[in-house]
Amino acid sequence: MRHVAAAAIAALVFTGAAEAKTWRIRAGANAEQQLQTALIEAHPGDTVQLGRGRFELSGGLSLDVDRVTIRGDGHERSILSFNNQRRGAEGLLITSDGVTLRGFAVENARGDAIKARDCNGIHIREVRVEWTGGPSADNGAYGLYPVNCDNVLIERSIARGASDAGIYVGQSRNIIVRDNLAELNVAGIEIENSFNADVFDNVATRNTGGILVFDLPGLPQQGGHDIRVYDNEINGNNTPNFAPAGNIVAGVPTGTGVLIMANRNVHVFDNEIGDNGTVNVLISAYRQSFQDENYNPLARDIVIRDNRFGNAGFAPAGDLAALSQLGVAMPDVLWDGANIYSSGGMARTEQVRIVVNDNRSTRTRIGSFLSLGMSSAGSPLTEAQPDPTPPPVVDIPEPERVRIRN
Amino acid sequence: MRRQILAALATVVLATASATAQDAPPVNTAAVAAERPPELLSAYHFFRDAGARQPNEQVTPYDLNTPLYSDGALKFRYVFIPAGQQAQYRDEGVFEFPVGTVLIKTFAFAADMRQPTENVRFLETRLLIRRAEGWVAYPYVWNEAQTEARLSPIGANIPVNFTNEQGQAIALDWSVPNRNQCKGCHDLAGELTPIGPSARNLNRDHNAAFSDVVAENQIDAWTQDNLLSGAPPANEAPRVPRAFDPASGSLELRARAYLDVNCAHCHNPQGPAHTSGLDLRWSQHQPIAWGVGKRPVAAGRGSAGFEFAIDPGHPERSILLYRMGSTDPGVMMPETGRQLVDEPGTALIEEWIAHMDAEGRVRE
Repeated sequence: MRHVAAAAIAALVFTGAAEAKTWRIRAGANAEQQLQTALIEAHPGDTVQLGRGRFELSGGLSLDVDRVTIRGDGHERSILSFNNQRRGAEGLLITSDGVTLRGFAVENARGDAIKARDCNGIHIREVRVEWTGGPSADNGAYGLYPVNCDNVLIERSIARGASDAGIYVGQSRNIIVRDNLAELNVAGIEIENSFNADVFDNVATRNTGGILVFDLPGLPQQGGHDIRVYDNEINGNNTPNFAPAGNIVAGVPTGTGVLIMANRNVHVFDNEIGDNGTVNVLISAYRQSFQDENYNPLARDIVIRDNRFGNAGFAPAGDLAALSQLGVAMPDVLWDGANIYSSGGMARTEQVRIVVNDNRSTRTRIGSFLSLGMSSAGSPLTEAQPDPTPPPVVDIPEPERVRIRN
Repeated sequence: MRRQILAALATVVLATASATAQDAPPVNTAAVAAERPPELLSAYHFFRDAGARQPNEQVTPYDLNTPLYSDGALKFRYVFIPAGQQAQYRDEGVFEFPVGTVLIKTFAFAADMRQPTENVRFLETRLLIRRAEGWVAYPYVWNEAQTEARLSPIGANIPVNFTNEQGQAIALDWSVPNRNQCKGCHDLAGELTPIGPSARNLNRDHNAAFSDVVAENQIDAWTQDNLLSGAPPANEAPRVPRAFDPASGSLELRARAYLDVNCAHCHNPQGPAHTSGLDLRWSQHQPIAWGVGKRPVAAGRGSAGFEFAIDPGHPERSILLYRMGSTDPGVMMPETGRQLVDEPGTALIEEWIAHMDAEGRVRE
């Protein structure tokens, strides 16, 4: 592909005549072949324009040319339909840099809807990804799925029905996720094993869990850090968990607003978080055994401040249901209390800083807090020693605003 | 069975080659070097005949110890190395081939795969050409009459009917990969890269004699034929077993040879599936990296509800085997390149996992 790009640039330089081209694709019998041909033969700077209508696709599409824009006539009008997909692990795969996707929909992909892998610069705007039959374990895992990318921008988009995460950014760096709607997924928005993300002005509703910030062991990039989650509406995430067992999100309790698992320096502020049946904010260590000696399973340097909490804890699910049955009332912010973990056969203790401050609640006026006092990561809940005393308020510098550079 | 096929084919190739006139034009190196590839495969003169059964001078057939499964298709492999040049030997990975090298692979089915030399229909011939700036891939699709193969950079679907080795009638849409799909497998750190011709996979006897050289082992023969430089004698070079020949290696080594060829082109630290953390290369010696006790990351419903990629002793709850046995595009592994299940391959991996101890090793 690089030599094609080089040739295109050379042509521009030497002739001065080559101009960015627009490939116009109409829905219809030959659309699939025309569309994939355009995605292969496009040159950097070109636009692939999808007409109005429904494009029926039998195989996954892929783009490997830098600086191409794929745009449609709006995500309700230009629809890539994978109802009859027979080939390909995703609907649309992007593996080149500086790609923009805008104004179209991907429906009912057999696997992931849109995956962008190893990209520097992926901008997704006003795109809808959806499994139209509603929540089902047979739906694909991820809706919008950049992985190992730099400079990720996802905005004004919609993700519905993913059996894992509607918007999932994994093992990436420099990320903005804003103004999106994520609903009816297991996880609405998930930032996993990533560095420097701003997640704001989104609506995450009717998922199993609204917004998740995870760090998992054993992956090429781990040690997620510097994440800001702010100005989001994270309400009514009570869809029963429909993730296939075995996947990490299958363990997310139905009715979770925000879940932070492992990670360092995560700031959650100025959000509206309510009507989540289990808990509004859950902070936890990674609770399973692992062999990765470089991995830290603790959630540490976490700030939860200035949020507006609504109702929560009215239908606790998962492990936390058992706790509730013991008479422990679900707070707005629940922390497992972990500050010790075992790695390579050695116990390691950290000074874990959790700040919960200036949150308001429609239930209790001041946002409530509970530590389960399970100091070892992964302790069984039978060892919980609940303690409502908020940890001391200390200053944890907020990560700098993310700026997209490509 | 596979050996018989190849041996039978060798006989065919030999017989026809010796009967051919000596004045066939040499390989068209201008076509190989051209920025825009020729529309027809015949323009390269890799073969003496229009049907591409008889390789030209300097076009050397080769075979692999353990090949990639492609719905059971027959594969005919050749390498063209420009005159006076050699591939540089490497212990690990694919040899360093000189600019102008072409790896040629034809995919075919016999009408009845129990008679693999009769009624053989060529579907496509894929070229991997070594350019100064890297490898490029060009698929050529054969016509119905089997008289010409035409460039098809955006891929194609070819309906195929055949009887498989078990005597079952099979119908499938053979999927010729488009340029991006080629890279789906042939990708190392973003660069198109060949998969097969490594020392360990070439280190075997060849099935088709191709020169006056007496050596039967391909590495020795390539060295004697001046196609390869820097190679040790074959008996000192690494070698993978033939996955389905128990005489060629232990169960663990045969299983890992299979996974190396069928999976590791993506599942390696620089390959398309590097984000999964699964590393199935032959050179990877940590069972956790093969998936033993490894939890899924982004498997979705590919997990089938199981906890681990490989649950030692329990093939019935190992995600890796489950995905090998699926033909659902959202579940199956590999993601491309097959529509059928590799029954002998899944049986091998099932046996391997069943015999694993808790550490993921098979002690024999």
